[in-house]
Amino acid sequence: MKRRLLLLLPLAGFLVLSVFLYQGLSLNPFHRDSALMARDFPEFDLATLEDAERRVDRSLLTTGEVTLVNVWGEWCPECKREMPQLLDLAERGVRLVGISYKDTREKGLGFLEEFGDPFEINIFDPDGELAFELGVYGAPETFLVDADGVIRYHHTGYIAPGEVREKILPEVEKWR
Amino acid sequence: MALIRSCLAALCLGVLGLLAAGLVQGAAIELREFDDPVLEQRYRSLTASLRCPTCENQAINDSDAPVSGDMRERVYLLLHEGVSDMEIRDHMVQRFGDYVLYNPRLEGRTFLLWGLPAALVLLGGVLVILVVRARRNASASALTPEERARLDALINRERTE
Repeated sequence: MKRRLLLLLPLAGFLVLSVFLYQGLSLNPFHRDSALMARDFPEFDLATLEDAERRVDRSLLTTGEVTLVNVWGEWCPECKREMPQLLDLAERGVRLVGISYKDTREKGLGFLEEFGDPFEINIFDPDGELAFELGVYGAPETFLVDADGVIRYHHTGYIAPGEVREKILPEVEKWR
Repeated sequence: MALIRSCLAALCLGVLGLLAAGLVQGAAIELREFDDPVLEQRYRSLTASLRCPTCENQAINDSDAPVSGDMRERVYLLLHEGVSDMEIRDHMVQRFGDYVLYNPRLEGRTFLLWGLPAALVLLGGVLVILVVRARRNASASALTPEERARLDALINRERTE
């Protein structure tokens, strides 16, 4: 009898493997964590979108306040759809800093004029050098940076209206 | 005859179309000049072994995504700064995560991934050895004396008949 049961072992192994692989099928590879999680926000030295003369660096994000850093571009349709949610977050008192990603200054400023400007300031990154350091592979992307400038949460893609309350606000509260 | 001719013409047009599509596709990925063939070779193998972060299954040498272009550019620059292949891979993993490596590294987290196939082959080998041994022993001791006697009797009967 024992030997008989032993014969079922390969089948059991196969079933376990099937369940495991089947779960893998429904994983969304775009929901993977950022490689920068729990690491310092990278160093940078860039002009602002609003004022070409003004340079900003990492100290912008170590002010003791939790900040959402949103990577956006005028060329990105999802960013336009996301703006109402960002405006909502700003209205609820969340500090937002934008990274104008691979845009020209005119287009970036035009975007803010048309869709609203929830950002305290926008870092102008026309070549995507800061975005590369952040491992950005598409816009929009949002990073939550804690009071000490450490990246604590990463959202890839568009923040849907429901996600403001369900995901973003709880994370902001958590790190405050 | 007219039919064959129009078929041929259609075929030619099709081939031309494919060629044009190929040219357009190829034009999206920039050509890079290398003075050193070794660097060129390393560039080729690195860009073929790094995975584009935004397209599910394409290496960065084969992808039109903007981020792949940026990564190729970075690989090119780092190669010319004398950075090693290992360090270039690290550079990308630090920014884009393990996802960009087609061959995940052997570490605690990936131990099962690399170890399981080897373990299964070993297990299979052990099983084969056990089964073969069991069979060998079984054939040697399968017949009891009574059975042997009966077999002999049967064989003898066959011979005498």
